[in-house]
Amino acid sequence: MRVALPKPLEIHDLTVAYQQKPVLYGIDLEVEPGSLVGIIGPNGAGKSTLIKAIMGIMKSVDGYVKVFGDSSRKALTRVGYVPQRESVDWDFPVTAMDVVLMGRFGHIGWFKRISKRDRSFASECLEQMNMLPYANRQIGNLSGGQQQRVFLARALAQQSDLYLMDEPFEGVDAITEKAIVDLLKNLRNQGKTLMVVHHDLSTAKDYFDHLALLNLRLVAYGKTEDVFTHDLLQKTYGGKLTVLSEVGSRKLNEKQPTQEAL
Amino acid sequence: MFLPIWKKLKYMLLILVLSKEASVLKAAQISSESDKDWINQAIRFWTFTDPSIQIIALGAILIGINCGLMGGYVVSRRLSMFGDTLSHAVLPGIAVGFMFSQSKNEAVLMIGATLSGFLGVGIISLLKRHTKMKEDSAMGLVLSGFYALGICLITYLQQSPNGGTSGLESYLFGSLVGLSDRDLVPLCFCLSLIIICFILLNKELLLSGFDPSFARSVGLPVDILQFCIWILMAFCIVSSLQVIGVVLVSALLIIPAATAGLLTYRMSQILVYSGILGALSGIVGCFLSFMGERLPAGPVIVLCSTLLFLAVLFFSPARGILPSWFRTRRRGQRIRFENTLKACYQVLESRSFSSQSFPQTALAQRRGKSDAEIEKEIGVLIREGYATRQEFPTEQKSELPSETMVSLTPSGWEIASRMIRNHRLWELYLTKEASYAPDHVHDDAEKIEHIIGEKTVRQIERILDNPQRDPHGKPIPSQDDIDRGWLSPPLVADK
Repeated sequence: MRVALPKPLEIHDLTVAYQQKPVLYGIDLEVEPGSLVGIIGPNGAGKSTLIKAIMGIMKSVDGYVKVFGDSSRKALTRVGYVPQRESVDWDFPVTAMDVVLMGRFGHIGWFKRISKRDRSFASECLEQMNMLPYANRQIGNLSGGQQQRVFLARALAQQSDLYLMDEPFEGVDAITEKAIVDLLKNLRNQGKTLMVVHHDLSTAKDYFDHLALLNLRLVAYGKTEDVFTHDLLQKTYGGKLTVLSEVGSRKLNEKQPTQEAL
Repeated sequence: MFLPIWKKLKYMLLILVLSKEASVLKAAQISSESDKDWINQAIRFWTFTDPSIQIIALGAILIGINCGLMGGYVVSRRLSMFGDTLSHAVLPGIAVGFMFSQSKNEAVLMIGATLSGFLGVGIISLLKRHTKMKEDSAMGLVLSGFYALGICLITYLQQSPNGGTSGLESYLFGSLVGLSDRDLVPLCFCLSLIIICFILLNKELLLSGFDPSFARSVGLPVDILQFCIWILMAFCIVSSLQVIGVVLVSALLIIPAATAGLLTYRMSQILVYSGILGALSGIVGCFLSFMGERLPAGPVIVLCSTLLFLAVLFFSPARGILPSWFRTRRRGQRIRFENTLKACYQVLESRSFSSQSFPQTALAQRRGKSDAEIEKEIGVLIREGYATRQEFPTEQKSELPSETMVSLTPSGWEIASRMIRNHRLWELYLTKEASYAPDHVHDDAEKIEHIIGEKTVRQIERILDNPQRDPHGKPIPSQDDIDRGWLSPPLVADK
């Protein structure tokens, strides 16, 4: 019998708090390799937080995340990340090429210089996103869609097995949206696993083969055709879990112990 | 004697290393011969023969390079305000250091300054974390609070019995007087630290500055890198204090780098330019301060870098204000004479191309301008070799009123017919391919005709399958007509 390979992503009872306020409660999630997962939910549902917690950028209060059977800090080079476009200083003096090269940094290591191989690989990634002609442009001089393509080219340059993308479709033109969808499906077909935060319900059904419905709790996870139902969407978008949110933050802010001492 | 500057630098560094016991050369000596005329003084400065001048010049250059290099990251990471706060927050530390050592012991003063600076930074982050205060207010508070405390302490020390000769006021506005060879050691140390850090951590600093969350995702300790930048900044500020002064040292962190930002958009180039600009303002400011006797070094050096900034802002070829103003003006002139030439064509066309010349008054009518204005426009065309002018009849005796006739030269004809061709092809393209109404296309074509390239025009011609007439039924001159210098017979016959 074959030894089961570790799953790309395994989340167990994950609780994350932001400034003493819990934003994710007890998430359990296992993702099979080669899935293209859309993370959908209302504003403030904790979609970005989930991604950041998976990478260990945000510390969890409870529970654990395993990436390919390891802690996410150990599996760094196997995880690629596309942050939200607004999280970046677009006036920073870097060119599109510089940004894509940043995707290689995880492989290059500290203090070492960027090699010719890295450069030519970065050019290939730019080419794949049709952005090679803009390689030497300052990143702030590109349009929103072009900036997003550069970000995706950087993700390609990371050569990861698990990709976490935060709203890659936000504020891009139709052509770029199509290019991104093609890229996502392409990567999935190569056996990579992708988790994509998405806010547009009308396209979610066509873009992803799995969906994670999130609203502070994981409402449902599964194949799109099983999960994309009226009832579950109603449950996800039907108002916040106000009581859970309130009690949760009260518990975290409580100075006195809330459970029996062990 | 006239060694290149870099050799001088090397020589100076060698001295620094070798001469542990070197006598403390006080730059105060240099102003003793103030009655000599300024040319001699200038020669004395730029030949760098005097050891004390070598020291102040080298000091100013080192400070310029340090602050310039550091500034590249300060400005691109938006730490300008932070640098200002840090530099003001060091002042109480200097005063306290003086109280401790009861003398102007540089090492103690620097330690005091650094500690006080970091105390200020610590207070900022505490305020940010535990109160509702925003970062800019927290910085403003720390900056002014620490600065006020520092001034009070220094004033108090100067009035105390042994404070009269303390010279602490030079830490406010800076001074080259009193710079000794020992003072160059921290500057050299700071420069090598900055260079080593920037070379080793080049890509890490770039990534963590541009995209911190991605940097964390690939495992970079973003906060530690940020802290490294702070430490380097603190070193840079503290080692420059004596020459530049607390008040203006942050200006030297900002201005050269901001100037470099006008010239390029690549981090590595910004660092190089900014270092050079810093060194340049250092040495020039040092020279002016040396010549001007009582001018404080700090403000003069900062003024120099401000002037460099203004020079780049106005004159830089790519994005300078003056060059782009000239470009705009030239474009305006070109459009004007292209329109005049186009009107010439239209006049010729309205006269069915029966003769190659036409009266100037007809052109004035066509352009809707006064005779004087047209006289000027024709004058420009003649000067540029696009047209010629003749009086008719040529004999002065004739009783008929004389008339000025204009005809186009071959190059004038080429531009005129090209403009018409561009205009009419674009109108046709808009109506046929972009389904504009024929009465909506003229204004757009008026603009496009001047900027559309020949390549695009040919492309349009191909798309429209070599059309003969524009949407208003007027003939479109072909490339052939332009080359031949006159319309081909069918078009003329057409009219």
